[in-house]
Amino acid sequence: MSATTAVPDRSQSLASTSAHAAEPKRHSAAVRLTHWLTTIAFIALLVTGGEITLSHPRFYWSETGNVNMHPWLNLHLPSSRPMVPTGYGYVLPDQNGWSRYLHFQAAWVAVGTGLFYLLFGLFRGHFRRNLVPASSDLSMKAIGVSLMRHLRFERPTADEAWSYNVLQRLSYLAVIFILFPLMIWTGLAMSFGFTSAVPLSVRLLGGHQTARSIHFIVTALLVLFLLVHVVMIFIAGFRTRMRAMITGRAIPPTEGL
Amino acid sequence: MKKISRRKLISTGLAAAAGASGLAVAAKVAKHHGLIPPDAGGLYGPGETLTYAAQRLLTRHSMAREFSRSEISEKPFANSVDPLGDDFHRMQAANFVDWRLVVDGMAARPSSFSLAEIKSFPASSHITMIGCEEGWTYIGEWTGVPLSYILNRVGALPEVRYVVYRSLQPDWWESIDMADALHPQTLVAHGMNGTELPVPFGGPLRLRIPRQLGYKSVKYLNRITLTDSLKSFGKGLGSSAPEAGYAWYAGI
Repeated sequence: MSATTAVPDRSQSLASTSAHAAEPKRHSAAVRLTHWLTTIAFIALLVTGGEITLSHPRFYWSETGNVNMHPWLNLHLPSSRPMVPTGYGYVLPDQNGWSRYLHFQAAWVAVGTGLFYLLFGLFRGHFRRNLVPASSDLSMKAIGVSLMRHLRFERPTADEAWSYNVLQRLSYLAVIFILFPLMIWTGLAMSFGFTSAVPLSVRLLGGHQTARSIHFIVTALLVLFLLVHVVMIFIAGFRTRMRAMITGRAIPPTEGL
Repeated sequence: MKKISRRKLISTGLAAAAGASGLAVAAKVAKHHGLIPPDAGGLYGPGETLTYAAQRLLTRHSMAREFSRSEISEKPFANSVDPLGDDFHRMQAANFVDWRLVVDGMAARPSSFSLAEIKSFPASSHITMIGCEEGWTYIGEWTGVPLSYILNRVGALPEVRYVVYRSLQPDWWESIDMADALHPQTLVAHGMNGTELPVPFGGPLRLRIPRQLGYKSVKYLNRITLTDSLKSFGKGLGSSAPEAGYAWYAGI
């Protein structure tokens, strides 16, 4: 019985444009727009940030650090500067000029997008509805079940095409409210202009080089997030997930997969 | 249905027009208040303008962080410089008695100062951090004459909007706006960590500007030019940095 009623319903909804327009979207236009703007800005920041790092691929704590001092982390990469002892017999070409220009321009795009997203998320209930986990999902047992499902690389259930699971919610919240703000903060804390106006921004972190080190560590965490995020999309179904984030359309939950 | 989309079209059009004219007004206001950097054209102009304008609104009178004497780096790092040439080494051998700092352009009394004269002017010191765009930093104590004192002494005209300054090295010249030129921490430095400014660190004279990256702190300073426009200097981008692909404003 359900099959006979479901089929004409679906064809009807496809035929009628007004019903089509009312079809629920998996992701709102604001979420889709900010998602892709952030993606573009993040890739630009990552590539240029990596390039800038090559001019001094060593990291220090507290305020000062240079080739006369011991780094806590040496990436052992070739450098674009002859004064950095790398052990390599060659010096990479200097690309810092455009890298710095593009890094800060992309940072403005990221910050502007982030502010818009923040206001949207607060006033349209996006955070409350889609990202904050239900309290019943926050038990160790529920998280453990979700974790085991992920570790077994199980394909997501039908309702997960319409709602994030608890691990997804927690990791998105961590990226949006911890990692992104830390990135912006540590970035500003390396600006001599900014720290002259807001010296506490760098003092609270423990110094200029600590800010630079945290900026690098958080980059590594964000890259890790990106890798897992993309792998999960492939496991869940690349076409359906991409379509949902580009057009907003997904198979309505009542119809199943 | 059609009516709604037309209404939507009109309102979107009006919003776009309002946005565009808003931008145009913002650009005019920004220009009037000197918030547009000389390298504002081109692909990265929007980001550069936002950075410079935002920092200028925030930092017009802010002071670079100062440190205690115990925080001075034991081994400061001197980045490599291009070969300084025979003329420089001859002057160095004579303890730079022939070194001159020419101050010209829009000044009532354009002057040429000897190193001894510069050292006789009232000096000021600060323990600040210098940071390279590459990412490394050190802390040092710089001693020198505030640039504002020199601008006063030559009678800088009220129309001056930028100070252009040059190194003995032909391809290294920079400029700053008046917020930095008149800033109390901007020094024509002749001393570092209690001694005369060593040659690898820019001696005998270096323009030390602690609210911007190291490349703005030009070493081997020998000429300062006061101007109301940067258009006639080099390619008109404000300094040699944008000509080599780097930003003119280096507060970030």
